[in-house]
Amino acid sequence: MVPIEFLLLAFLAITALVIARLEYLFAAAMLTGIFSLLSAGLFTLMDAVDVAFTEAAVGAGVSTVLMLGTLSLTTREEKQSPTRVLPFFIVLVTGGALFFGTLDMPLYGDPSAIIHHYLVPEYIAGTESEFGLPNIVTAILASYRGFDTLGETAVIVTAALGVMALLASGKSRKGADEE
Amino acid sequence: MKIPVMRMREKLIVRVVARFLIPFILLFGLYVQFHGDFGPGGGFQAGVIFAAGFVLYGLVFGLSDLQRVVPWMIVEVGVALGLILYGGVGVFSLFLGGNFLDYKVLDGHDAMHGLHLGILLVELGVGLAVSASMLAIFYAFAGRRGA
Repeated sequence: MVPIEFLLLAFLAITALVIARLEYLFAAAMLTGIFSLLSAGLFTLMDAVDVAFTEAAVGAGVSTVLMLGTLSLTTREEKQSPTRVLPFFIVLVTGGALFFGTLDMPLYGDPSAIIHHYLVPEYIAGTESEFGLPNIVTAILASYRGFDTLGETAVIVTAALGVMALLASGKSRKGADEE
Repeated sequence: MKIPVMRMREKLIVRVVARFLIPFILLFGLYVQFHGDFGPGGGFQAGVIFAAGFVLYGLVFGLSDLQRVVPWMIVEVGVALGLILYGGVGVFSLFLGGNFLDYKVLDGHDAMHGLHLGILLVELGVGLAVSASMLAIFYAFAGRRGA
């Protein structure tokens, strides 16, 4: 029997290849949604449920909708371009370098990895004794790393403000004038 | 985004299923928001799920119907209010004599209670900012007419 992780990973690779080959952009946008859904499945199998939640809602849901919205404003067909060797070579080298980089990383779930010994034991012990909360992720996100989360929220708000400033329709400008 | 919306209006099954699903999506968003201390999830996830429910409504019933439910004004205020709520909890704890974002001082009698209150408020701020930001981006994209 093949473990389900390998099956999902194989589907992920196939989906990525198909997206790269497709010239009909509508189907490519839908496939990126499926790509996100498969990644969410992988994250769930790796016990990263919070990340899987986000990936499923943002990647498979909202961002696919935004991509379809963009397509309805532009065009559904990719422009034909001749196959070039140099970009393929660069991608191959970059991918190879990244793969080479992972060889130095600790094995998945290795209990002797450094990240499991610095600060993390304190967080795991502290979540129960200091906070009385069962969810370690929430304790880290909201309290141990509260400043980081404030910054992340500010980043999201800034992104929304940027999109609003660039793309907002006449309606919102009217609303801004009324204020 | 006008053409797919027009086509969607004629799809009976999509309309009925969406109408059936949206309350559950919103309820699940609220569950992820307020149960985030105990189960997986939190403000970020809840905000996106909550916004996704509204985005689905907008896709099926049209942008103008959605903007009657959630006007631009509310979205714009929500984006800012979420961040202000998060930062406000930090500043408020400064005034109570603690450090910035020191939740323990929020409740003078029980530090643990203050911690939980602070996390709840901060997560609420994140959820509000994220869901309003997602809707703002959706509005900005969907509100444009094709060239």
